[in-house]
Amino acid sequence: MTDPAADPVLQAFEARLAKGEKAEPKDRLPERYRRQLVRMMSQHAHSEIVGMLPEANWITRAPSLRRKIGLLAKVQDEAGHGLYLYSAAETLGVPRDELIDQLLTGKAKYSNIFNYPTLTWADIGMIGWLVDGAAIINQSMLAKCSYGPYVRAMIRICKEESFHMRQGYEMVTALARGTPAQQAMAQEALNRWWPPTLMMFGPPEEQSTNSEELVRWKVKLKSNDELRQTFVDQTVVQAQVLGLRIPDPDLRYDEDTKHWTIGPIDWQEFFAVIGGNGPCNRDRLRARREAHEDGAWVRAAAAAHAAKNPQVNA
Amino acid sequence: MSGAAASGEGPVWEVFVQEKAGDPHKHAGSVHAHDAEMALQHARDVYARRGQVASMWVVPHAAISASMPADNASFFDPADDKIYRLPAHYLSPASDRRR
Repeated sequence: MTDPAADPVLQAFEARLAKGEKAEPKDRLPERYRRQLVRMMSQHAHSEIVGMLPEANWITRAPSLRRKIGLLAKVQDEAGHGLYLYSAAETLGVPRDELIDQLLTGKAKYSNIFNYPTLTWADIGMIGWLVDGAAIINQSMLAKCSYGPYVRAMIRICKEESFHMRQGYEMVTALARGTPAQQAMAQEALNRWWPPTLMMFGPPEEQSTNSEELVRWKVKLKSNDELRQTFVDQTVVQAQVLGLRIPDPDLRYDEDTKHWTIGPIDWQEFFAVIGGNGPCNRDRLRARREAHEDGAWVRAAAAAHAAKNPQVNA
Repeated sequence: MSGAAASGEGPVWEVFVQEKAGDPHKHAGSVHAHDAEMALQHARDVYARRGQVASMWVVPHAAISASMPADNASFFDPADDKIYRLPAHYLSPASDRRR
């Protein structure tokens, strides 16, 4: 890393952060900070976009109209969240189509959790309750980070995300209070989603290459383990209310720390899925590429229309 | 056709939202679109999915001129030393006692 004393831009930037000021697009920002933010925000945007796929898969099979409109609205929100984040990332001078190209060519990552399949209706409840519950914890932290446009996008997203979590928890509640078959379906889905949801916060800091810099520049304000702990404490209680069992034989309440402690997490699986070997990696990218190609005629038509009507063109 | 248009997405439009009549329009984010009508439709779909919008503006990003934070000291400084623009600069009968 560059010695801050030798780099006046970095020095001035870190001095401003130390005073609690936020960074804005036209500020002189260290190149490395820009790059880290573009990487994080675009990954985050890609996650919202890819995150539509496992849920959209169930829209036509939703068991009631109430569930169907809720799920449709949630999936539309995720498209919107992706666009808020691409818009925030573009403030750093990277065009959106370049970011989308990185997703479609497999160069950019998205959240690992969306490489797992939604096998039953209960999985849709689990995504709302667990995955969105975990996302809110991470995003509430990012809503206080050092980059203004990211903060503003996160505040918008957090407001909408709480509806997602509540509709998921309502779905799971209905199943947990339903027939024995429905209860079993909920428990089975929880068993599958619990481990990868814990992984969403990322490996402990010592294994995470980007963390030190992100903490120093106030992009990350809490450690992965701290965020994970908040999620575990909140979710264990929610599961107890529903009579569902967290699938972890080592789970216990620590009277001294007042926290729930969990057993080991299989980080080998995490890295294997990141490396492209999760259950759905190829399907997800194929679906995104097809959607992009299928939309080409719309983009071409819009461009042709604008070319014929130059007075309204920007 | 510009480079941005050739990519198929159109240029960037900045979106300003007024939550209720009487409020200022506040910057919400941006959309890509080929013309103003489409920009407004995209802005509605992206930034007004809940019912809290009274009015919306879209402005071509290229039409916005912005001050540069690096120039703040010289650009905004003239306002800093004009304390006679502030109410506290002026004395009331109560402040006479402190003289």
